Amino acid sequence: MTTHLLGDTAVLTGRSLRHITRSVDTIVTTAVMPVAIMLLFVFVLGGAIDTGSSSYVNYLLPGVLLITVASGVAYTSYRLFLDLQSGIFERFQSMPVARSSMLWAHVLTSLVANLVSLVIVVLAAVAMGFRSGAGVAAWLAVAGMLVLFTLALTWIAVIAGLSAKSVEGAAAFSYPLIFLPFISSAFAPTESMPGPVRWFAEHQPVTSIVETIRNLFAQQPVGSDIWTALAWCVGGLVAAYAVAIMAYRRRTG
Amino acid sequence: MSAVASPIRVSGLEKSYKDLHLLRGIDFDVAGGSIFALLGSNGAGKTTVVKILSTLLSADAGTASVSGFDVAAQPAQVRGSISLTGQFAAVDEVLSGRENLVLIARLRHLSDPGGIADDLLRRFSLTDAGGRKVSTYSGGMRRRLDIAMSLIGHPPVIFLDEPTTGLDPEARIEVWQAVKELAVQGTTILLTTQYLEEAEHLADRIAVLHQGHIIANGTLAELKQLLPPAQVEYVEKQPTLEDVFLAIIGVDTATDTPSGPTRKDSR
Repeated sequence: MTTHLLGDTAVLTGRSLRHITRSVDTIVTTAVMPVAIMLLFVFVLGGAIDTGSSSYVNYLLPGVLLITVASGVAYTSYRLFLDLQSGIFERFQSMPVARSSMLWAHVLTSLVANLVSLVIVVLAAVAMGFRSGAGVAAWLAVAGMLVLFTLALTWIAVIAGLSAKSVEGAAAFSYPLIFLPFISSAFAPTESMPGPVRWFAEHQPVTSIVETIRNLFAQQPVGSDIWTALAWCVGGLVAAYAVAIMAYRRRTG
Repeated sequence: MSAVASPIRVSGLEKSYKDLHLLRGIDFDVAGGSIFALLGSNGAGKTTVVKILSTLLSADAGTASVSGFDVAAQPAQVRGSISLTGQFAAVDEVLSGRENLVLIARLRHLSDPGGIADDLLRRFSLTDAGGRKVSTYSGGMRRRLDIAMSLIGHPPVIFLDEPTTGLDPEARIEVWQAVKELAVQGTTILLTTQYLEEAEHLADRIAVLHQGHIIANGTLAELKQLLPPAQVEYVEKQPTLEDVFLAIIGVDTATDTPSGPTRKDSR
């Protein structure tokens, strides 16, 4: 069985990528909301938020990128749920196909779709005045951080897709994830927040990831934030993966 | 695989869902190259039997083997020798008919998936529709594609779960034709249905699943002997609405459903 894991995963990833290329609107919708949020904050609210010296769009972009991923993975649990619902999973499972390749196909598809959305959002940010002097290494580090973040959130999406009872339920898990960056340093410095909110904002995963990406873009030292961010991403990824595999075993008997 | 005398063997199979004791000890064997119909009303557990045989569910008790492989101990070998079609095994709506066939051929690790797909499209009269999205197909075309997908790789055992549920009479006859051709070629077929007529029309043997047990298992002639001898009465038999429908839309029913007054006596 495992001898075919890679081949089967490639074939099934090709299948779900076709689902995306035939409904390009899912990628566009994923990018539209973050771009709208960016427009709102840069041109309406941003002027009232004091972020120090750098331009507000530079300050804002890392958080918006995380929101992009959080809303993008909702489509992953939606597609996974539909596959389970329609019975195509049962057809694959009654065939000599490596079982975990069905989940990996959705995960890899999620990664590709989210990276495309992220590129769209970055281009929109550049159009709004985002500038970075970051070199290739820093950009690669940002990309790596976002890939890790996407994988962690995608495996959470897999859990939601596997355990959902309805289409709405399959996507609903992403709402808190989309909201999380607002209670962090993504849109405004945490110093102005009241005690308990500030404590939460400074200790939740988004802040360390946002600070890391922001410093990479600004060519500043990333300090200890990058280790906190990596710990959150890798820890979340491992935990979500374990729970997802358990849910998958339970679901498929 | 044809060396196995009974490609499907089921013995003492039991399955419960919470409080519901659905299967309470099922036994049956299916002879190689035959069509075996599992007949039962909705909720009788037909699908559960098929899911256990196709390794999607595990049984609580009893044993089952397919092509000589135990479904619990050797699921990978079982999956290599079966294919599953019907009620709960879907086709991919977003892909075209041809892409669906190529996908299955790739997942069965066959060479020349494109050639296999084109050949099956031709056999199931889907060549013209092959490039279209499956979501534009009619129910009958979809079910034909579904059956074509299960033939890829020539599995010796095919499970058809309610293959004609929801189909119009014309499409149902097409499916019946396809199933008969498979059996002629030596494929062993387990078919579930709630239509008595379908079992009567297709199956070499029929088993009736009722309240968790197989309450009857035999050929149609054997099952008929369970009833008291028929009394001879002369009744004018009106054509059924189905006969009328098929006649006026111009389907040649001569080989499939004998029409007219002699219909019920003809088998």
